[in-house]
Amino acid sequence: MRLLACLAGWMLLASAAPPGVNDALILGDTLPPKLSDFGFFRDGKPRPRVHPYTLNTPLFSDYAEKERFLYVPASKTITYRGDGLLDFPIGSALIKTFGYPGRKLETRVLMRRASGWVALPYVWNGNEAELRRGGTRIPVEVHGQPISYAVPNQNQCKECHQLAGSIEPIGPKARNLAQPLLDDLVKAGLLDRAPAGPKLPRWDDLQAPVAARARAYLDVNCGHCHNRAGAASNSGLYLTWEEADPVARGIGKTPVAAGRGSGGLEVAIAPGKPDLSILLYRMNSTEPGVAMPELGRSMVHQEGVALVRDYIAGMK
Amino acid sequence: MKALALALLAAAAPLAARTVTVTPGAGAQERLQTALIEAQPGDTVQIAAGRYDLTDGLSLDVDKVTVRGAGPNATVLSFKGQQGAGEGLLVTSDDVVLRDFGVEDTRGDGIKSKGADRIVYNNLRVEWTGGPKETNGAYGVYPVSSTDVLIDRVTVRGASDAGIYVGQSKNIVVRNSTAEFNVAGIEIENSYNADVYANTARKNAGGILVFDLPNLPQMGGHAIRVFDNRVVENDTPNFAPKGNIVASVPTGTGVMVMANADVYVFGNTLAGNGNANVMLIGYKRPFTDKTYNPLLRGVVVRDNKHGRAGFAPSFPGGKEIAAAMGGSLPPIFWDGTGTGVVVRDAVPALSLNLPSPDASVDQARPAPAQFADGPLPPEPKPVVLPPPMEAAIK
Repeated sequence: MRLLACLAGWMLLASAAPPGVNDALILGDTLPPKLSDFGFFRDGKPRPRVHPYTLNTPLFSDYAEKERFLYVPASKTITYRGDGLLDFPIGSALIKTFGYPGRKLETRVLMRRASGWVALPYVWNGNEAELRRGGTRIPVEVHGQPISYAVPNQNQCKECHQLAGSIEPIGPKARNLAQPLLDDLVKAGLLDRAPAGPKLPRWDDLQAPVAARARAYLDVNCGHCHNRAGAASNSGLYLTWEEADPVARGIGKTPVAAGRGSGGLEVAIAPGKPDLSILLYRMNSTEPGVAMPELGRSMVHQEGVALVRDYIAGMK
Repeated sequence: MKALALALLAAAAPLAARTVTVTPGAGAQERLQTALIEAQPGDTVQIAAGRYDLTDGLSLDVDKVTVRGAGPNATVLSFKGQQGAGEGLLVTSDDVVLRDFGVEDTRGDGIKSKGADRIVYNNLRVEWTGGPKETNGAYGVYPVSSTDVLIDRVTVRGASDAGIYVGQSKNIVVRNSTAEFNVAGIEIENSYNADVYANTARKNAGGILVFDLPNLPQMGGHAIRVFDNRVVENDTPNFAPKGNIVASVPTGTGVMVMANADVYVFGNTLAGNGNANVMLIGYKRPFTDKTYNPLLRGVVVRDNKHGRAGFAPSFPGGKEIAAAMGGSLPPIFWDGTGTGVVVRDAVPALSLNLPSPDASVDQARPAPAQFADGPLPPEPKPVVLPPPMEAAIK
């Protein structure tokens, strides 16, 4: 009963609060039909405690531009964990808008409820983005090429975001955020501390070694499924930054369930031989059943392919 | 306050199981996918008869949901125009029943379930309608990393890897099913405790495979019984893309057991398999995984009915050995490695007497195989599934 009173009091508070981010919606158990219901933005500007961020190395999504924000509720902070990961408090949200110059397509909201993270896809229609749990396809032209842009459905959000059965954020790990950004978050009262720690290089930083950049690229673009607790755990191919076993990282590894995804090649990575490497073959394909990642990509990321090609070519 | 009371009520009382019906027509992709997302535990998603032209893979992530069609030829989910995803239908939740529908022409696998315990596949058809082709998807039905799997009355045609594939799972029954015109008909890989019985595997390159592979989270496949199956005329030339282990399955193989322990193959009807009715081997490829065992251990082949076999040997060196033996090979083939390998069938068996599974065929000393007399290694216990799984398809 005490809990109930508490809840009721809190709900009253929420309804009486000045317009800001709607904490009650984030913490509740409904799925808001409109993005504006959350109140993350006002007149296109982020509300207090809604903070923009960028990643050192981002996931490729058909050359879409991404605007990323994180939200942390008042009087709470993100906790910096020793291993370079970030723990977001209950009530937090990550908001990521995908689009092309002059056109917003979709906004994905990942919110941390008491029961865990929930991922929701919103599709823009005029000045509002509406919840589309079943996903959709939108025809767009990218670099002069017409593509069918896929907005993931709610299950597909989870496919990439799941770790050992529950949903986890992928992008904002401390090691993939620039130090000035982490310092800003501390100053803004959103993060408890920001010690200097190991960093993923920027995948396109030509000053950094090719192997490190390629490993960072594979970590971000593949490692969310290809890890020991991820959706592709059964493949035995683990492309995370911290993976130590060279066979698990693909070197000389024969495929298990690749089917025609093997392209008639024998191993995931043939050192020194990018053209004999299944990994590169699948990155270089747009055909469903062959293309990797399986979701969110209908174009080849030429620059990413070039980087991984250099990485494999340079292996002995 | 009223809303709160209602919410509490809803949380306290489980909602009555509902049936949500999806019909063919415009927007089928989003309507069907949305129904699968909005389903609650206990619900049935009923897919009405008709053809559904889908553009993307479907997925289900809610426990205790039944997905039901009007029959494997009446409700047809066609993925001919699929633009994304690695399979036609992906299930990632527990206690799911899939029944009475057909899946056609997926670009990758047909139906995959991962980490989906107590899953039932019943009265389904998964087919690549253009016949056997290297460009077909790999697996027809593909449960993986799961405990308690029932596959009953499922037909798969045209898979470029295995029609019915169960990988890295435990407690498995595959029965009353038909696999034809695939590379492998039925494959049990890196799995524990499986009963494979009363199936027909015909016109594949290889009929029924029991394999174990290195470098995977679950290894040490064991306790597999393959019995009372019809494994005949597996003569479709192997069309698997290279690199995959099944590409190494010789065309014309009936039952093939590789690198497993405690396997019983009995009471099957085996005929018309030009390479061999039964093939018993260790794992040949190089590997570095120290926890992997490439050998057969405790494999019993007994009381099978054999028809014609060995008339078209297709393993490396097979033709030469057959020529030396008067034109054809015995119905049973063993590489000669492993421990506790015993054949008690009324037909001869050939052993290559290789020193190790990865030895080259040049080192073979082919001769009629000799097997130990005396008591057989113990037979694995029958697989018992949780009763609700059987009840779901009664």
